[in-house]
Amino acid sequence: MANNRSMASITTAKAARSWSDLRPERRSQVPEGLWLRCPGCGQLIYRKQMEANLHVCPECGHHFRIQAGERIHQLADAGTFEAMFEDLRPKDPLAFEDLKPYAGRLKAEQDRTGRPDAVVAGVGFIKGRQAVLCSLDLGFMMGSMGSVVGETVTRSIELATERKLPLIVVSCSGGARMQESTLSLMQMAKTSAALARHDRAGGLFVSVLADPTTGGVTASFAMLGDVILAEPGALIGFAGPRVIRQTIRQELPEGFQRSEFCLKHGLIDKIVHRAELRNELARLIDYAGL
Amino acid sequence: MATYYTLEFEQPLRTLEEEIAQLKSRVDALTTGQGPTGTGLPEDLAQAEHALAERLSRHSQTMAELYKQLSPWNTVRVARHPSRPQGRDYIELMLRDFTELHGDRRSGEDPAIVTGFGRIGEFKCLVVAHHKGRNTQEKLRCHFGCPHPEGYRKALHKMQLAAKFGVPIVTLVDTPGAFPGLEAEMRGQAEAIAFNLREMSLLPVPIVSVVIGEGGSGGALGIAVADRVAMLQHAWYSVISPEGCAAILWKQANERTNSQAATALKLTARDNLELGVVDAVIDEPPGGAHRDKVLAARNLERWIVAQLESLTQLEPAELLERRYQRYRGLGSFDLAKQEAPVPG
Repeated sequence: MANNRSMASITTAKAARSWSDLRPERRSQVPEGLWLRCPGCGQLIYRKQMEANLHVCPECGHHFRIQAGERIHQLADAGTFEAMFEDLRPKDPLAFEDLKPYAGRLKAEQDRTGRPDAVVAGVGFIKGRQAVLCSLDLGFMMGSMGSVVGETVTRSIELATERKLPLIVVSCSGGARMQESTLSLMQMAKTSAALARHDRAGGLFVSVLADPTTGGVTASFAMLGDVILAEPGALIGFAGPRVIRQTIRQELPEGFQRSEFCLKHGLIDKIVHRAELRNELARLIDYAGL
Repeated sequence: MATYYTLEFEQPLRTLEEEIAQLKSRVDALTTGQGPTGTGLPEDLAQAEHALAERLSRHSQTMAELYKQLSPWNTVRVARHPSRPQGRDYIELMLRDFTELHGDRRSGEDPAIVTGFGRIGEFKCLVVAHHKGRNTQEKLRCHFGCPHPEGYRKALHKMQLAAKFGVPIVTLVDTPGAFPGLEAEMRGQAEAIAFNLREMSLLPVPIVSVVIGEGGSGGALGIAVADRVAMLQHAWYSVISPEGCAAILWKQANERTNSQAATALKLTARDNLELGVVDAVIDEPPGGAHRDKVLAARNLERWIVAQLESLTQLEPAELLERRYQRYRGLGSFDLAKQEAPVPG
């Protein structure tokens, strides 16, 4: 896991890391190689072709999970993204220790991913329209929200409000980070309060939900978009299916909490294919007149 | 004492309580001259009374000591005590002229959150309180205090009503968490909580919130964005229940891992005070709120009224700015000195 690659080389968008480096993709026991089996259709697909296709299966359209760097690379006009708030570093305020100490987990994740925490934020252009862009990173402790993620998202919101820029946040997260306990919980209130001000100032916020978006992230900024877009097949919910089954022993229907289910129940505005995301965002920015 | 919920750490108390009960009946027997003799208990009235007084004082000492150093996991157990006063208990004990208001005007009525107008001290207020249910039927109706989206939407609807008429808001938090279920998800549990977090940050009236029992994650926070937040002494407040945390991080939930998780999560009132998440810890009667509901309610009322006295002095703009800064400042991170790598 901790293969001390240098920071700079990994954080570039076209890094060697790909979907299989991300943690638990369903049926992800595919050996590293030129070919991989798509968890969506079971077909053997050529990795390079899949990657060139925005990490979407060319056969069935399964959207593979992607890291934040790749996400920003896909969304922003080439060379326009300027990262911000990168000096924020996580701490271990609770001296939390489970089977491993939190401080050790952080260090290992930082070494493995080359990121200080589970978020990338900054300003960039989408089809020539300037916007504040922020993406959670599922590869870092399941994209969980601790103080650094909460602070980065809040600063991004405040920047968008101040500069009257559209705000786009791509969420993919297991929820609030347990290792910072109530401080993580308070990030939900903090980000939501910043969004309240952004909203009242007439700012646009488009929330993009990728697989999976659950827990405290869903129950705060992810569900507060003026427009909420989701990638196809993304798991979106408050309590995950496993928790629901374990807690109340309820049988869950096929496709429960997937984007299509959420669309049917009126929880999101639209499902957008990854290849269409830039177009859709640009269109929404134009409709908002920003 | 409820016999159906025993706290293991109270074993020394139960031993004393048995002795006290025996001595009491012995004193009665000796006073009236009736009852069994020769059971090894004092035969002399003065002696029996003396022993009883000694046990009683030992009982209160032991109780004070046990409760002074409750482990985090035992704190969770006390917070879940079935006799612990709940939202409706405090409403009955603290508020005058309470009038309950129901429904979210969208899809339903959730009894797991109680809302209504009442008077506390010199103030009018709107109270929003979790309620778990005091008997089996009520517990089932209230889903054991786990609200559905309509509960959160009802809470916001009534809070907006209060804001319209400048009435301060008091919220009492006591939930294991928002309900995890198919219908709750279908009706937008996450959105309901998120929307409350956003809108509560802008309600232009004072909001005072107290965690009276369980502060289970987003389900608690969904009615707990406030100008001042306190916890009762033996309440807990955490991002996840100890059992949930143990199941994920320790891969199994049992007595040992639950206890370890409870400690690691820093979920006690004192821990949360140190983290800056709450502003005050409100003392409970000796041995916990369930042993003296009236005193518990009086302590709670006194703190709430004091907060309302100072918060109602503030102009709405100042109030909202302070509320924003209260949450804006929460979190713990470092700033790196060197230039960080450029991602993307």
